[in-house]
Amino acid sequence: MISCDEAAVICSKTQYREAGLWEGLQLRMHLLICKSCASFSRNNKQLSNLCDQAVIKTLTTEEKSRLKERLQSSPSKDA
Amino acid sequence: MDSEGRQTILNPEAWVDRYADYLYNYAISRVGDENIAKDILQDTFVAALQASKSFKGNAAERTWLVAILKHKIIDHYRRSNSQKAKAEVPLSSEFDFSGEGNPLQRQIADPESIRENDSIENSELGVAIQNCLSQIPQNHARAFSLKTIEHWTTEDICKELNISPSNLWVMVHRARTALMECLNTQWFKNN
Repeated sequence: MISCDEAAVICSKTQYREAGLWEGLQLRMHLLICKSCASFSRNNKQLSNLCDQAVIKTLTTEEKSRLKERLQSSPSKDA
Repeated sequence: MDSEGRQTILNPEAWVDRYADYLYNYAISRVGDENIAKDILQDTFVAALQASKSFKGNAAERTWLVAILKHKIIDHYRRSNSQKAKAEVPLSSEFDFSGEGNPLQRQIADPESIRENDSIENSELGVAIQNCLSQIPQNHARAFSLKTIEHWTTEDICKELNISPSNLWVMVHRARTALMECLNTQWFKNN
């Protein structure tokens, strides 16, 4: 039987469909008998739904390095 | 004297990694245009750097940057309002199919506009998620962001961050746990 900590990590892995067959089976067994992990699993699934639904933009690595360069080339005004 | 003991000391080098995505999403949700948001973001960082000497240290760095960002967003609307007064709207070009389109049509039919394709709530949700991410340990946030938002493969992230897959999953998991808690207090309470 896996521990709650192990189950929780597998549960997060499952959100990306990257848990192995055996891991998935162990998780399901655990969720059958552990109420707090079952509730965690529901919240985790809900977080996945929220992330899918959210409009999240990220700056590319290049855009970030350009910003950093810009910050380095404009030194703060000394008093 | 060593100033490292001060918790409120500013760290401009880390601003971009830590706050850029949050501030960027915040700006997008307010101005509805990615390029304008990028300009505002850059202005914000530059202004913050120039004002860093006057940073009182009585606010968290993040709160302080958001306050500057809000000012820059207001500045943007002030500028565009004063331009609006001068703008000419050529009424006769309503049926002009010359390719350029008239300014009004361009505004209405912009397919890139965030506000048109997605509800405002979903971009607010994005801001809430980025807000939470900016408050958790940075390596966890990065791992989560690459996996969940940018949809990198596990292999690529492990290479990029130089960690093992099991390390990655623990980091992603910690980020998710922290996010659930953070969103619970910040997002669900307001909705």
